[in-house]
Amino acid sequence: MSITSYVAPEGPAIHRARAFAGIAQREWLRFIRQHGRLAAAIVRPLIWLAVFSAGFRNALGLSITPPYQTYILYEVYLVPGLVAMMLLFHGMQTSLSMVYDREMGSMRVLLTCPLPRRYLLGARLAATTLVIMPVVLAFLLVARFWDVRPPWAGYAAAAPAILLSGLMLGAFGLLISSVIRQLENFAGVMNFVIFPMFFTSTALYPLWRLEDASVVIARIAALNPFTYAVELIRFSLYLHVNATALAVVIGTGLLFFAAAVLGYQPERAWSVKQADA
Amino acid sequence: MFKLVVLCVVVCGLFAAAPACAETIFISNEQDNTVSAIDGATLSLVATVPTGRRPRGIASSPDGKFIYVAEGDDNRIDVLDAAHRKVVGQIPSGNDPEQFALSQDGKRIFVANEDDNLVSAIDIAKKAVVNSAPVGVEPEGMAASHNGKLVAATSETTSMVHLLDAGTLKSINNVLVDPRPRSVEFSPDDKTIWVTSELAGTLTALATDTGKIIGHMKFAIPGVEREHVQAVGLALTRDGKRLFVALGPANRVAEVDPANLSVRRYFLVGRRVWHVALSPDEGRLYSANGNSGDISVVDLHSNEVVKSIPSGRGPWGVAVTP
Repeated sequence: MSITSYVAPEGPAIHRARAFAGIAQREWLRFIRQHGRLAAAIVRPLIWLAVFSAGFRNALGLSITPPYQTYILYEVYLVPGLVAMMLLFHGMQTSLSMVYDREMGSMRVLLTCPLPRRYLLGARLAATTLVIMPVVLAFLLVARFWDVRPPWAGYAAAAPAILLSGLMLGAFGLLISSVIRQLENFAGVMNFVIFPMFFTSTALYPLWRLEDASVVIARIAALNPFTYAVELIRFSLYLHVNATALAVVIGTGLLFFAAAVLGYQPERAWSVKQADA
Repeated sequence: MFKLVVLCVVVCGLFAAAPACAETIFISNEQDNTVSAIDGATLSLVATVPTGRRPRGIASSPDGKFIYVAEGDDNRIDVLDAAHRKVVGQIPSGNDPEQFALSQDGKRIFVANEDDNLVSAIDIAKKAVVNSAPVGVEPEGMAASHNGKLVAATSETTSMVHLLDAGTLKSINNVLVDPRPRSVEFSPDDKTIWVTSELAGTLTALATDTGKIIGHMKFAIPGVEREHVQAVGLALTRDGKRLFVALGPANRVAEVDPANLSVRRYFLVGRRVWHVALSPDEGRLYSANGNSGDISVVDLHSNEVVKSIPSGRGPWGVAVTP
């Protein structure tokens, strides 16, 4: 029996739990020991909030955009977008570490663990997403100093939305890591994935503003899954459910994850094919 | 009846978050020639009442049963039945009424006749102007003292506050203030007169007895152009500790600490806010936003603007009935 066709048996629950705990602990330790990354994760959105939004402070006081019930300052509009940006960066950086793990060989150790591959990848995805949650919450609390004060219940309501969005963006990162062969390629991810996704979404401006500026950009934003992650977080923070956003985030999340699992099947690995070519 | 009252009190208690159990907000829509009624509990528009032309000044009778609306282009004051939300009477007011003040007993209306440079006293029961007195050019703001003895008016072009005897309308004092004074209010103890100045964007406090300026402050909002900061409408809580000033095209309402004339906070509301009014329990503040056609609701416990509700074209004044 060759190793590529080996299918791990469905292990007992205790076995799976131990594997998850191990993966989660590893991700947590890795995250908090990377002081630079930890600092960047919280400083990056704060710079946007403190510096970028300052110039647009009064830009949105002209129209009421759901879920808001009244006129808002730009800071208030921007914060859910920045939360999604944190998740996007985290998802992509995690995918970077997957490429690194693969180059270093520790990915092989993980994936040869006698559990189904989709379980291992899912566990890793869940672990990395859980790791960023306290940082996001800290950012939301700091944002109160900028007069971004959603109702307290909104923080609890936003937690599942943030988790789901984080899983979706993490799955997207996982998919990207399955097709990237080398660490060096990651600079391209920054330019061709993170920036376009962030800028052509409703993170910075509402859809009606984008339509004012360019119908094409507005169309792209309406097709961008990142837009739905932003809106899901925005609505939940103000105790509303955006059903469309919820469906799109779950749907695309599952799609990305399925594709990533496929990408990590050794016999189908695109990266391996590329390497062989 | 008693049971009904008890029931209402209990229901009000249960919904403490919505203290405005039966509160209704009436808004004069200057460009629509209507008065909108918004339900305080649901914060939704419940009626739009056609009125005379160019409704601006609006106030409720002390018992909350009637709403008076000054119809600038029809030279009269319309009387609305607050419960049935329809016009039930008209009172002649003299030429071009804009702002007006009700006497403390609710029997008289003191109105500024903008085009005639007059202040007129109207007897509500007689439905007639009983007295008039000349003031400065373009009278605008009107206030009646709580002790029933004095009336204050501002004149926009002369830039003065005129203090008159409430009974005879005889002039007592005239004080020069900042350009284009708009609204005027007496403090709860009647010792201070507060006046806003539209062009200067300032708030001035005058001593009622001497007419001397005892306090002065200028509004400035970071990121908002100076000329957009125009102080217009004014509201004061019954304890005199919170003072609210509508800042016109700055799209803000300022909360001022009257003790030291400092701004506590700015509330972001709709475009070109003209006037503000407090709910009967003073738990909320409502602002009429002239250019965005809506009113904004400020929760004064949490100090948050909770909602903006479309009202009509050119909301100008607000009155709230219990």
